[in-house]
This record gives sequence, structure tokens and C-alpha cells, in this order.
Amino acid sequence: MFVHMLLTNDAFKWSFMFDNMFNPPVLEGVRTSLLLTVESMVLGVVLGIVLGVMRLSPNPVISWVAWVYTWFFRAVPRLVLAILFGNLGILYARLEFGIPFDRQLLGLLGLDSVDGRVWGVDANTVLAGFYAGLLALALSEAAYMAEIVRAGILAVDSGQTEAAQALGMSRGLTMRRVVLPQAMRVIVPPTGNETIAMLKDTAVVAFVPVTNELFFQIRAVGTRTFKVFPMLVAACLWYVALTSVLLVGQHFLEKRFSRGVSQVTRQKMRAMSVGAPK
Amino acid sequence: MVLAEGVRKRFGSLEVLKGVDLRVDEREVLVLLGPSGSGKSTFLRCINHLEKIDGGRLSVDGELVGYRQSGSKLYELKEREVARKRAEIGMVFQRFNLFPNMTALTNVTCAPIHVRGIKRDDALRRARELLDRVGLADKAQSYPSQLSGGQQQRVAIARALAMDPKLMLFDEPTSALDPELVGEVLDVMKGLARDGMTMIVVTHEMGFAREVGDRVVFMDDGVVVEQGAPGEVFANPRHARTKAFLSRIL
Repeated sequence: MFVHMLLTNDAFKWSFMFDNMFNPPVLEGVRTSLLLTVESMVLGVVLGIVLGVMRLSPNPVISWVAWVYTWFFRAVPRLVLAILFGNLGILYARLEFGIPFDRQLLGLLGLDSVDGRVWGVDANTVLAGFYAGLLALALSEAAYMAEIVRAGILAVDSGQTEAAQALGMSRGLTMRRVVLPQAMRVIVPPTGNETIAMLKDTAVVAFVPVTNELFFQIRAVGTRTFKVFPMLVAACLWYVALTSVLLVGQHFLEKRFSRGVSQVTRQKMRAMSVGAPK
Repeated sequence: MVLAEGVRKRFGSLEVLKGVDLRVDEREVLVLLGPSGSGKSTFLRCINHLEKIDGGRLSVDGELVGYRQSGSKLYELKEREVARKRAEIGMVFQRFNLFPNMTALTNVTCAPIHVRGIKRDDALRRARELLDRVGLADKAQSYPSQLSGGQQQRVAIARALAMDPKLMLFDEPTSALDPELVGEVLDVMKGLARDGMTMIVVTHEMGFAREVGDRVVFMDDGVVVEQGAPGEVFANPRHARTKAFLSRIL
């Protein structure tokens, strides 16, 4: 009956949909969304690893900073974050790097015309569109990745750290050579989930707005032609297709990082990753 | 080589070491015996500062472990300095603790290359020698999960030896092994003892203690109860607690 409905309900307008699904702005949107996914995940994973390691630092200040970061960025919805970053231009007209309080200090010395600014750009060129969206997604992703990395590190037997320390390895070296490579086995499957979630979440930057992004483009076609529903179906099909490609990639990554683990453990890991929470 | 004076260690309200006095000479093989919970493993871990001591003095090769003395005050050493000293003490664990993401060969070369900065080729050559010495030259490219417990423990010994330690600590090295695999690990340890390595061994293998040990030390309830030549202690234990322990285990 569902299939019958799909084929006979005129509102789907299949031929119109397929005609518009591959037009240049939509394809450009696919490219932008993929680029956003990859870049925000790379930034998010790197920052997430740093934060995850910081969370487990014996230094309470470092650990606390990481906790506050994850607390904030997990508490704010991505959509809100994206719109917030898109409007940061209101707060700062220009982004400048230099000596803090330079104008105030130099003003005290009677030097009003000079300042300590070293480098600056117009905030709107950085914090509008693509970069605002990228920053919002990456910073939010880092908070989730930090928790995943922390779980991965805690899953590594403490005997591994002891053995590394007994060999004279420093804490950093132990982390890099011994703990993190093993934590990867636990980190990779949920990171795959995160990547897929990220691909879908790139849709929220349509509200930054990032105008050349997939969902923005598809909605644009839909509203321009008054054929909203077919284009929403087109969006679904694009996201399903892209997600499927990512799933294949995840499979190979997991294989790579389970080196040295017996077949049995590997199956156990897979069983665990199926139920991994998002 | 090792000098302990009144070493104390507590975990929360539980005092595990209640003033351990012990002296280990160079090239000596010392066997630590005692019931579980007697503090022998904890004491071993204090020697390379895996556990911080709460009282007393502990020195290896004339240098305090984990602390620096300035006048009459003790300052805890920085992580880097602690690590440098640990590198001179080899440790073998009950549960092997090989790095499962590395081959046997890489397990052995990892620390020399990244801690000591030894050239890759030299480290590889030395690692192959060591694997050959523990009888595993043909397993260099195997991952730990592909090795038996006895083989893993022998790789772990080779890994510790790769740092050219002046002292080797063994924490119940054969307790996690199937009985038929115990012999191969003990043989490697006997070889080490013959070559003059200073060793402190926590074990329940009385045969090993009798054959290889220069001295056995019996610990119970956080203190050294009795020590002496293996033959003497086993034949004529002087303390009731030693007697009770030996009658249960022999």
C-alpha cells in the first residue's frame, strides 16, 4: 500500500524531483555539506582528544577547564549554536590580535594615536557563512568527542600505563604510544556514528546561514518552484546515499584499528558498537 | 643496590607496609615470600615509585626513590626525573602487560627508541638478540594475542631487559600461567640470575626460591618477619607465622 501510495500520489512529482536533484546548485550543496562534515569532524576529533586527555589530567585546573567546556557545548543545541556563531559579527566588528588593554594603557601614557594591534580582519569575513557554521559544528563536536575519547582511555587496562611507566615512559609518551592507540578501538565505532550524525547536522548551518549548503539549496529550489515536498524527499535521498558511503568507510577504519585483537574480542567490540549511544 | 629503612605505605585507612627494612646487594637474587595481602607486591611497586611511600627511606643504587633530599627535607621529584630513574629498573608483571597493539619486536624496541633515543637499527638488532635469548626469535612479528601466556611473559622479560636495567623486579611472574608453561619462564629467569642480574622476585614457586634464590625474605602483615638462606628458612623456620605459611604451601 505504501508503494502504491508512493507511485500514485501526484504530490511526489518524481520526475520533477529527479530533474532538480542533480542541478548544479544542489550538487554544490552536496560538496559543501561533505566538506563541512569532514572539516568539522577533523577539528572536532583533534580538539576532542585534547579535551579528553585534559579531563583525565591529575591537575585539577586542567581537568576542570575541560569539564566546563564539555558541559557548555553539550548543553547548547547545535541549531542555537550555529545561529549564535552566525551572528557573532554583531558583537565584534573586527577580530584583532595584539597586546591586551593596549589602547587603555597607551592612553594613560598620552599616546592616543598608536596601538598594540598586530593583526586583524573584518569579523564578517570570518564569522559569517561557512566558517561560522564550521566553528559551531566543530566546537560542539569536540565536546561529544571528548567524552568518547575519555571512555576510550578509561577502557584501556591500567596495567598498560603501569608497564609503560615502568619502562621509563613519560605521561605524554605513554598516552601517545600506548594508551591512545588502544583506546582507538573503542573510540572509532562511536566516532563513525558521530560522523554520520554530523553529516546530517550540517543541515542546521542552513540557518547560519551557509547559503551553498545542501539543505539550504534544496529548500531554495522547493520554495522557488512551490514544490516543497518533492525537494524534501530529494534531501532524504541525498542524506541516505551519503550516509551509506560513510558506513562503508567506518567498516574499514574499524578493521584497521583492531589490529592485534583476537577474533573473539573483535566480535564483542562489534556487538558493543551496535548499541553505542548517541 | 636497594636499601629500605622503615618503609611505610597506606591505602586510605589500611596500612599495607608498616616499616619494612631490607637490603639487597648487587648481583643478589632475593625471593619475597608471604601470604597474599602481606604487602610484598606493594613493596615491589614502591621500589620503582609506581606507588609513593608515606614514610621511611627507600633508595636504589644510593639514590632516593622518587624524592630528592635537600638538607633534612625531602622533595618529590618531577615526573621526568622519576621516569628517568624508572628506566633503569626493569619490571615484569603478573599479567604480562604487553602492548597488544604492537608486535613482540616492537614491544621490545618501543622504550629504547622513544625513551633512550637509541637508533632504530641498533634497537632492532638488540631486540632480536633478546628475543633469541628468551627463545622467541621466530615470534618477533607475532602480536601478543597470538602468543601463549608463557611466550608473552618471556617477551615481557625481553622488553624489560632492552632498557639494560641494573635491577629487575618480578611481581608473581608465573602466577597467571598454566602449570605447564611455568617452567619456560622460570628457565629464562634462572639464566638471568646466572648472568649476575640483581633480582627481586615475588613468587610462590618454592622450587625456584630454593634453587636460584640467594636469600628468601618472608613478609607478613606489612613487615619483614624472617630472612635467610633458602635452605635454612625452609628447613628450620624460626617464627610461628613462617612455619604456618610454609606448612600450607610446601
